[in-house]
Amino acid sequence: MPKVTFSKKEIEKIIGKKLPIEQLKDRISMIGTDLENIEGDEITVEIFPNRPDWLSEQGFGRSLASFLGTKKGLRKYTIKKSNYKVIVDSSVTMRPYTVCAVVKKITFTDQRIKEIMQMQEKLATTHGRNRKKSAYGIYPLKNIHFPIKYIAKDPNKVMFQPLGHDKKIPAIQVEELHKTGKAYKHIAQDWKKYPFFIDSKENVMCMLPYTNSQDTGKVELDTHEIFIECTGTNLANIKSALNMFVTMFADMGGEIHSVEMICPEKKFTSPDLTPTKMKIDITYVNKILELNLKEKDMKQLLEKMGYGYEKGHALIPAYRADILHQVDLIEDIAIAYGYENFEEEIPNVSTIGQEDPFEILLRKIKEIIVGRGFIETETFHLSNKKILAKNMMNNAQLIKLQNSISEDFDYLRHSLLPQQLEILSKNTHNEYPQNIFSTGKIFLEDTTTETGIREEKHLVMLLCHAKTDYTAIRQEIEHILKLLDKKCTIKTTEHPSFISGRTATIFYKNKEIGTLGEIRPQVLENFGLNMPVVGCEINLEDFIGE
Amino acid sequence: MELKTIAQSLHEYEKKVLPRIRQNPLLNHLAEASGLQEVEVSRALQWLSNKKLITVNTEEKEIIELDENGKKYQQQGLPERRLLTELTNKPTPANELAKKANLNQEEMHACIGLLRRQNAFHITKNEDLLLSITPQGTKLLAEGFPGENILRKSFPLKTVFLTDQEKQEITELTKRKKIINIEKKKIISAQLTTAGEKLLAEENLDTDFIERLTPEMIKTGNWKGKNFRRYDVEVQVPAINGGRKHFENEAVEYIKRIWLDMGFKEMTGNFVHSAFWDLDALFVPQDHPAREMQDTFYIPGKAKLPAIWTKIKEAHENGAGTGSRGWQYKYSKQEAEKILLRTHTTVLSARTIANLKKEDLPAKFFAVGKVFRNEALDWKHLFEFYQVDGIVVDPNANLKHLKGYLRQFYKKMGFPGVRMRPAHFPYTEPSLEVDVFHPVKKEWVEFGGAGIFRPEVVKPLLGFDCPVLAWGQGMGRYVSEYWKLTDIRQLNNNDLKQLREIKTWLK
Repeated sequence: MPKVTFSKKEIEKIIGKKLPIEQLKDRISMIGTDLENIEGDEITVEIFPNRPDWLSEQGFGRSLASFLGTKKGLRKYTIKKSNYKVIVDSSVTMRPYTVCAVVKKITFTDQRIKEIMQMQEKLATTHGRNRKKSAYGIYPLKNIHFPIKYIAKDPNKVMFQPLGHDKKIPAIQVEELHKTGKAYKHIAQDWKKYPFFIDSKENVMCMLPYTNSQDTGKVELDTHEIFIECTGTNLANIKSALNMFVTMFADMGGEIHSVEMICPEKKFTSPDLTPTKMKIDITYVNKILELNLKEKDMKQLLEKMGYGYEKGHALIPAYRADILHQVDLIEDIAIAYGYENFEEEIPNVSTIGQEDPFEILLRKIKEIIVGRGFIETETFHLSNKKILAKNMMNNAQLIKLQNSISEDFDYLRHSLLPQQLEILSKNTHNEYPQNIFSTGKIFLEDTTTETGIREEKHLVMLLCHAKTDYTAIRQEIEHILKLLDKKCTIKTTEHPSFISGRTATIFYKNKEIGTLGEIRPQVLENFGLNMPVVGCEINLEDFIGE
Repeated sequence: MELKTIAQSLHEYEKKVLPRIRQNPLLNHLAEASGLQEVEVSRALQWLSNKKLITVNTEEKEIIELDENGKKYQQQGLPERRLLTELTNKPTPANELAKKANLNQEEMHACIGLLRRQNAFHITKNEDLLLSITPQGTKLLAEGFPGENILRKSFPLKTVFLTDQEKQEITELTKRKKIINIEKKKIISAQLTTAGEKLLAEENLDTDFIERLTPEMIKTGNWKGKNFRRYDVEVQVPAINGGRKHFENEAVEYIKRIWLDMGFKEMTGNFVHSAFWDLDALFVPQDHPAREMQDTFYIPGKAKLPAIWTKIKEAHENGAGTGSRGWQYKYSKQEAEKILLRTHTTVLSARTIANLKKEDLPAKFFAVGKVFRNEALDWKHLFEFYQVDGIVVDPNANLKHLKGYLRQFYKKMGFPGVRMRPAHFPYTEPSLEVDVFHPVKKEWVEFGGAGIFRPEVVKPLLGFDCPVLAWGQGMGRYVSEYWKLTDIRQLNNNDLKQLREIKTWLK
């Protein structure tokens, strides 16, 4: 979740009052953010991904002002009609959508530029999915000549000076030389051409999804009029992003001007700040929240969250990107009502609790083994090839994870035994005997399952001390099987990890379910152990459901 | 305690040792005199001292011996003397000198350094190192080297008999390789206290006390008329260990018990799922940041999708008739078929809902299980950890019930104060974060997420819309706090000492 820092003074100016610090903290938490802290003039909050409109001071302050009741209801914004034109070329298939706007009469300060950059960056990370879904650019209006073209071009044939770079370079080099090029080139990996904004004097304004040009794309303290573009792969996404920008600038005192978007198939005017109408069913609201709201109560609560209300419909501000269903409105009504004001209630509904049968069996088995003095261990389901196969002297088919960031944990375990030996190898300084056990899942390839992987619950037990032997582990197993009333047979076998002639297979209903025996000294040496170990691993799957 | 009572509690060893202390105060002498092992005498002395019959005095003495090189130098002289003796006014190659003085490379290296500090020779650098003696060198030869004095003594030496000057020289010699070996020896001696003297004078130690009650004695009855030796019942006994469950599982069982008692059915299931079940079925958008490689463990391959995948597809694309507009993108089947290690136990809730029928309602379920995140292991991050999930599928469920169930659960976990605060999860609306009031830290601490499943989740899975209360939270926090773990890895490092001795879950 993105973390943003706001100026407390600015927020107080926007909400139109000063609150005691504890109350401010409480209100910021209860409107729906993770408040990190308030220190001096800095308010640090984590913004949930459903409220990208709160990434700016203006946006957050606007909602807080409604919530605190200083300025409730749907805000009205006016858009001045103008003749600015952007022509969208049919070549931009890789990133087909753009919406633009012009804002005038704004004053920039260093603080404000910093704040806008914070919002732009965090918005592109979250709402724009790291610029893949959408990205945004802001330009001083004075350097641009309309009409502007949004067009895809061969990056080998375009020269421009990227923002912060000292000279013009071929656009293709941005991916090697500019930090945004390096960071985002994966987005363009299949592109042959790249989208550019180019003005009527053939000045390159920006290359997407990377950077503005140094000549036209740098907002400075003397800038008072700006051009904003949002581009992306989803029209609704960029429309709401643009609306977040223009309402932020309007709240700073700016004047929004329209831009004519001329697309291959149609023309439209941008931005569009018309609120969306959504039907809201008061019975449903009252049922989910168990409240008894009248229409006027609901209207008030909606207004507290910045909505308008009109005859059974909520009017959703155009900068809101998160309202998919009326349940989203219900949540806001609940927030406005105050989560702290809902009484808790245990309903009088009778249901019967039931533990999973396998879990019951596991619990019983554990009790038997603990009674024999064994210590239960807890291991991870992931391990590595050295532990699982090499040290065990086997060449089992292991399932490798596609993307584990750790080389120590990049395979799913196929057996419980190896990690138990690893545990013993880490406990050589501790008192013996070391008799340990564990239960857990192992993973095997199986094309008949939904995922191609079969999971089995196993039991592993080890005895480790100077005088242990095959008989000892055999006795332990037979003790458990006797108490579980499972009739098994034991047959001699060979196993790469166990001493030949001291290894047996356990059969249950003519099916092999486990192995027991004395661990090979070579395996012990591989694990750095110099104490004899005997062990047993059993598949418990067939013990259930009887 | 009376002397008589003390006398009756003397162990066989103590009885053998006590009368012999006056003549043989030293431990090794006592062993000889009593015919006991030194360890046995040592234990007897400890017990007697506990009974205040003797005082035990432990003195540490240093015994200084010559080591391997020390013995050699005692005969041949210190390397620096041997080298300096070979030096003349004529610059001579160092390796030639080493041969004459019979010094190995290491010794040569050490004494060149030592002699250079004292300006005992000139160095001329040619192809080889050339050395010639200086007046200081000559003087040094005549006056003698520090330490030579010591080597002339007869060993072993005892620190107590050395002058400060000699001690200093010994310290210097110990810094050099294998010349001096200092062994620290404990000399233990005992002395009778007044009580001890009195006991020996007044009490008869030869009385025949019963040491151990045997089946034989009970059978024959010859214990009758005899006394049992009194034990010192207050003395420490050696610790023993028993078998036990892993401490984390004790907590897991407790949590399971809470939900079972509240009428919840347990959900269990696979760790390996398709992205479809783990994420899509819960309406997590396919381009959600959490689905990226760095957060989730993926497994190569392609999962089979259940028939309802088309309904889920619709829910994502256009809301599938739930009244939602959906995520308004093109749903990718390929993305859904990816195989992963479950990122939350909420996947079990999705699968459970998909199997429910109208007549099963109301129904309540919980799961306690491991979930996975592709993270590097460190003191506060695990890549697999427990999560606790619950759902209530009830046509009459509402937000107040959700608050009620959670409040009850946290109360049983030991947190009476619970606060709900707005939050966001892709699959719940309203969503809330549960904070509990920490009784020790006196502040609100975030414990888990909860909410009511969105219609876009419920309707495609269940076939109709119905409120489903849902929650999910980690367990790490309770567990770390309860056992005061400072490093979360202690949950899985299986140190047997810790597993044997850590306190049990007392709830």
